[in-house]
Amino acid sequence: MAIEILMPALSPTMTEGTLSRWLVKEGDEVKGGDVVAEIETDKATMEVESVDDGVVGRLEVEAGKEGVKVNSRIAILLEEGEGSEVLDGYSSGSVNGGVQVVAGVVRKEEEVVEWESGVVGGDAATVEDAGEWEGETKMVSVREALRDAMAEEMRRDGDVFLMGEEVGQYQGAYKVSQGLLEEFGERRVIDTPITESGFAGLGVGAAYGGLRPIVEFMTFNFAMQAIDHILNSAAKTLYMSGGQMSVPIVFRGPNGAASRVAAQHSQCYASWYAHCPGLKVVSPYSGSDAKGLLKSAIRDMNPVVFLENELLYGQEFEVPSGEGSEDYVVPLGKARVVRQGSDVTITAFSRMVGVALAAALELSEQEGIEAEVIDLRSLRPLDRAAILGSLAKTNRLVSVEEGWSFAGIGSEIAGIVMEEGFDDLDAPVMRVSGKDVPLPYAANLESLALPRTEDVVRAAKKVCYREL
Amino acid sequence: MAEKKAKKGKGSLKKGKGSPKRGSEGVGDVCDSDLLSYYKMMLLIRRFEERAGQLYGMGLIGGFCHLYIGQEAIVVGMQSSLEDGDQVITSYRDHGHMLACGMDPRGVMAELTGREGGYSKGKGGSMHMFSREKNFFGGHGIVGAQVPLGTGLGFANRYRGEDRVSVVYFGDGAVNQGQVYESFNMAGLWNLPVVYVIENNKYGMGTSVERVMSLRGGLYERGVHFGIEGEGVDGMDVEAVAEAGCRAVKRCRAGEGPYILEMNTYRYRGHSMSDPAKYRTKEEVAEVRKKRDPIEKCLQRMRERGLVDDAEIKEIDKAIKARVSDSASFAQESPEPSIEELYTDVYVE
Repeated sequence: MAIEILMPALSPTMTEGTLSRWLVKEGDEVKGGDVVAEIETDKATMEVESVDDGVVGRLEVEAGKEGVKVNSRIAILLEEGEGSEVLDGYSSGSVNGGVQVVAGVVRKEEEVVEWESGVVGGDAATVEDAGEWEGETKMVSVREALRDAMAEEMRRDGDVFLMGEEVGQYQGAYKVSQGLLEEFGERRVIDTPITESGFAGLGVGAAYGGLRPIVEFMTFNFAMQAIDHILNSAAKTLYMSGGQMSVPIVFRGPNGAASRVAAQHSQCYASWYAHCPGLKVVSPYSGSDAKGLLKSAIRDMNPVVFLENELLYGQEFEVPSGEGSEDYVVPLGKARVVRQGSDVTITAFSRMVGVALAAALELSEQEGIEAEVIDLRSLRPLDRAAILGSLAKTNRLVSVEEGWSFAGIGSEIAGIVMEEGFDDLDAPVMRVSGKDVPLPYAANLESLALPRTEDVVRAAKKVCYREL
Repeated sequence: MAEKKAKKGKGSLKKGKGSPKRGSEGVGDVCDSDLLSYYKMMLLIRRFEERAGQLYGMGLIGGFCHLYIGQEAIVVGMQSSLEDGDQVITSYRDHGHMLACGMDPRGVMAELTGREGGYSKGKGGSMHMFSREKNFFGGHGIVGAQVPLGTGLGFANRYRGEDRVSVVYFGDGAVNQGQVYESFNMAGLWNLPVVYVIENNKYGMGTSVERVMSLRGGLYERGVHFGIEGEGVDGMDVEAVAEAGCRAVKRCRAGEGPYILEMNTYRYRGHSMSDPAKYRTKEEVAEVRKKRDPIEKCLQRMRERGLVDDAEIKEIDKAIKARVSDSASFAQESPEPSIEELYTDVYVE
């Protein structure tokens, strides 16, 4: 029986990719482990290895073809003694139950995860993507929006530079810094050793020296190695110096859970950093906010922790483009109402905005509950006025965050609402958060551990005193 | 520990190229003058620290207070090798560094007492003072943290193509910190203009170097595998320090990359004011004071060279005492910061 080679997935969420080229032709003899093809996504090119010995019977996908579905057959391998007549039993396109395996190119896990992310659950149509921008827009991924923000600010100010692991030659572990090395050169796009404490401290020192560093952490999980410099050396210095020493620096990188990368690589640090005076903390959802907020962060005279989300990198949004768009910035400390509603306020940030929007849609369609969704965008300073203003209208509040609830952002919001909006409350504030456990690896447990649309729907119904 | 014998280094001392030189408060302007300026600054630091100890005992200074007594030759000798614009950063044992940088003793003492007239308006304290004007970048309370920070200052100098040098002081205790080697790696890799000055005073708090270090050779050799050369220096001899400092700073400024100086020194007082220093004998301390005291040594040389007579020395002592008294009075008279200061300087608005 012939061996079917199927289109492999490079990540748990990849659904299709490009077969960039074949390295074998029909009639070639291959051995297990031979590379037979290259496939690519927007992030990486990977090699496909044959898992068995045989002769290439038929190549079913042309080199260069885009949008090849994962698990569709791309080639058939004949086993020893089999003739080409065997191929007749394989009608094109239908998979008979063959064998496939992606190349075992060993790289760091950060790299092989290419989260196409698709729809995270949000109804993107309800998001006013470009905020108050009235000019031209175009669909751009969050990844590109972040890159464009850095590039524009680096063009604008020669003191701005980017440093971090793999930001240069590799083009960014998640390809966020793609093209920057080419444009700005090694002086301003600096690959560092894998020493977070050292290069974060060096970056803070460079800010003392008058530069405006952007320090990329491959993920914020690794920034724990550097948290002393973020707090003690950056956040506190203005105060400790009686106002003499400003520290204009941006610490940025993906935060929170990605997908199936387990406990040490899946944590939300929003409440950790938001706890600390002297820091500004930003965590955008949409592409235009990612760009506009990052530009503001780079221009800010204070240290800013900029929390991105890996699952959003591939998601596309309308982002200001064309004339004047390089001046489009989003102020830090301002939330945005991304869906108007009268019955309950849902606060969220980063990827959870998508979850909240999906929940709002379901609440509207199935329960007749109109939720107002607030994208907090900045966690410090937190836009209290926006939260309290919405509460005054809806009298009910549900907060959503990916991190743990204990001493979390939702706890802070509940506190503010108790202290400053008590009379507006018709029900207790509900917190939807990650479950109080290290993030599990198993797909089913991981999904349970993170806030889901249904969790938000349930909480919203509860504060509206609906039957659950 | 190998120590380079101090050469008479005056001839090699590099005079700053720009003018005006560092303000008259500092010792930058005495690099090639003479022992007299070294002596004055070392004595100022010692008298200042003694007074700080007294004020601490009177309850006028709170919290942690780490005195520099015994180590004065290091900052004074090093500062003489710097030019305008060169930067200095150090740990929490920082009073001497600030005075040597030319910061006003009044402002330093008033910060120790937590008053409005202090360099940080009373909000930083003994361990956290800065002066943009004098290029002093703190004052850092976390052991070893100043090493990557100072390396970053060097990075900024190189980024801008300026020929400034950053001098990073840290103690023998910090030498074991991982971030020190992370910094050495990047400084070596990128050829940054940083002079690392290890002030080896033999004890990291109450623990002797031998008890916590896997030692092979000198601490100045710890950069070898990062391509950073170094040398040991008698940190109790201000001329030896100045000579080595000038060479190190000069090669750094010439683009030859980072350098490590290990200063063999000793602190007479405890780690902080609350340390009874029972981990060493009184005799050990007395022995160093008697045989290696940097100020006595400097004085002796001045006499040998006929630079001063007794009357002049008396005058100097008197003037310094007066200056320290003035700073102490100022530090007690200056009011506490106004309560509005509680919420200022958290963010640049």
